[in-house]
Amino acid sequence: MNEKGKKIVNHLILIAGSFIMLFPMVWLISSAFKPGTEIFGSDFKLISENFTLQNFIDGWFINPTHSFGYFLKNTFILVGVVIVGTVISSALTAFAFARLHFKGKGILFIFMLATMMLPAQVTLIPKYIMFSNIGWIDSYLPFIVPAFCAVNGFHIFLMVQFIRGIPKDLDEAAYIDGCSTFGIFLKIIMPLCKPVLFSIAIFTFIWTWDDYINQLIYISSVDKFTVSLFLRSLIDSTSSVAWGPLLANTLISLLPSIILFFIAQPYFVEGIATSGLKG
Amino acid sequence: MFGVKTKQISNAKYNNKEAFLFLLPWLIGVAAFTIWPMIQSLGLSFTDYSIYGNTKFIGLDNYKEMFFDDRMFKTSLVTTFLYVLMFVPVKTVAALLVAKLLNKKIKGMAIYRTIYYIPSIIGAGVAMAVTWKIVLSRDGFVNQLLSHIGLGPFDFLTSPDMALGTLAMMGAWQFGSAMVVFLAALKQVPKDLYEAADIDGANKVRQFFSVTLPMISSTILFNLIMGIINAFQVFTQVSVITNGGPADSTYVYMLHLYRTAFESHRMGYSSALAWILTLIILGVTLLIFGSSKRWVYYEN
Repeated sequence: MNEKGKKIVNHLILIAGSFIMLFPMVWLISSAFKPGTEIFGSDFKLISENFTLQNFIDGWFINPTHSFGYFLKNTFILVGVVIVGTVISSALTAFAFARLHFKGKGILFIFMLATMMLPAQVTLIPKYIMFSNIGWIDSYLPFIVPAFCAVNGFHIFLMVQFIRGIPKDLDEAAYIDGCSTFGIFLKIIMPLCKPVLFSIAIFTFIWTWDDYINQLIYISSVDKFTVSLFLRSLIDSTSSVAWGPLLANTLISLLPSIILFFIAQPYFVEGIATSGLKG
Repeated sequence: MFGVKTKQISNAKYNNKEAFLFLLPWLIGVAAFTIWPMIQSLGLSFTDYSIYGNTKFIGLDNYKEMFFDDRMFKTSLVTTFLYVLMFVPVKTVAALLVAKLLNKKIKGMAIYRTIYYIPSIIGAGVAMAVTWKIVLSRDGFVNQLLSHIGLGPFDFLTSPDMALGTLAMMGAWQFGSAMVVFLAALKQVPKDLYEAADIDGANKVRQFFSVTLPMISSTILFNLIMGIINAFQVFTQVSVITNGGPADSTYVYMLHLYRTAFESHRMGYSSALAWILTLIILGVTLLIFGSSKRWVYYEN
């Protein structure tokens, strides 16, 4: 086969694969705008003649006490605070590992890497007991407080790698000019770390937004429900499921991650490629 | 690397106090949310702790119960291993093949990369689980499509023979981040190795197995291990889509752990379950690390 033929075959394989990657989303978008009766219809049309926005209106008000917007707001608040905590605490820790010299650094660093490999279940139950003993169940504190304590070693590691790539001459110059260590951290290193800080924020967003098991364990009252729990409640209801509104809400709940991804695509790819990463 | 040590760097002297302040949040976090819970979890696993009532030390009874009396423990263990065996190879091979295709100078590479990466962004949450559940139902979209070519309908999620496999493929569908890691590794393979292989008359397939695979074997190891660790902890999709059914065919380990802890409220017993899972993951990881000496190629 000549070069051109090979290229065409390549494209054909990639396009076929793209179909497998995208068809659930395409179906979801298409179906969210259809009347409920057509969602399971036997002949699929990408755009129905009975195109409707009714699912979005019904879906928004499907919960008797709170609109979908309320749960979106809950989730944005939770995710936002977790991001702030994660970024600040990871930056402080990473700076210490990358730039400062202290006793036991080697061992602590290895320990930090080890916590990245530790399966989350071991600590799931004792953490639940601990948070329940101090009365944090059914609040966002079990998410927020650990975030401010840099519990995710992956972010620290990502940032340590990044800071190590920044020339030390910069620190030195600032030090000679009388800058304190904290000043170097804040005025020299952090501004240069914008890309990696952004990566950390994005990954934290996606992981917290998609998190299910922790939200399931810690949050019980509808007032504090996140999007994940709200969606789950829609298919859990014992009465028949309202498919149209469910799909409309599902689609809306995917939008923040997708929009973020398109805005920040270079940071995603960089973040994964430089550190290697769970998905 | 050379020369760095000879230069006196501003903060190259030990300053424990300052470093301590920077590390304080992390140190608190590690102590409160990792070390202490781990110790407590180990201790709990030797008790009959539940949220109500008094707690007794019961020695190894939890572990004995697990291995001799708990039928669902065995079911969940077998189910989870089957899931791992289906999920990890499919995900790794798919990620590698697509990365290989994208590593050529190909038009639209960035677009393809985006498309293949999107499932990794949105696939792990409840929303996609809900979508899959409907798309793969008996009168869902996939069966509609298959009926056009005279296949099906299949009970992807409601037949005990298919449900676990379907969930594994659903997980493997999110191979995007593994793919990006492979892409980065493929770019590192020196071009002259392929040129040399060309001169030696090796065809493309041969080059893939004799040049590409050895050169990226450490990345394969990395992706394998990350894939296995994640697969053993599968929960969201199983919980939302099949909730362990039909006929316990998707009753994975984490579901057993969750139900024991939060539905039966047997915190002591589920702590023991958590430790056994951790030891299994550790064991499998070490086994793969051990085997890697034979198949992972390290330069230098």
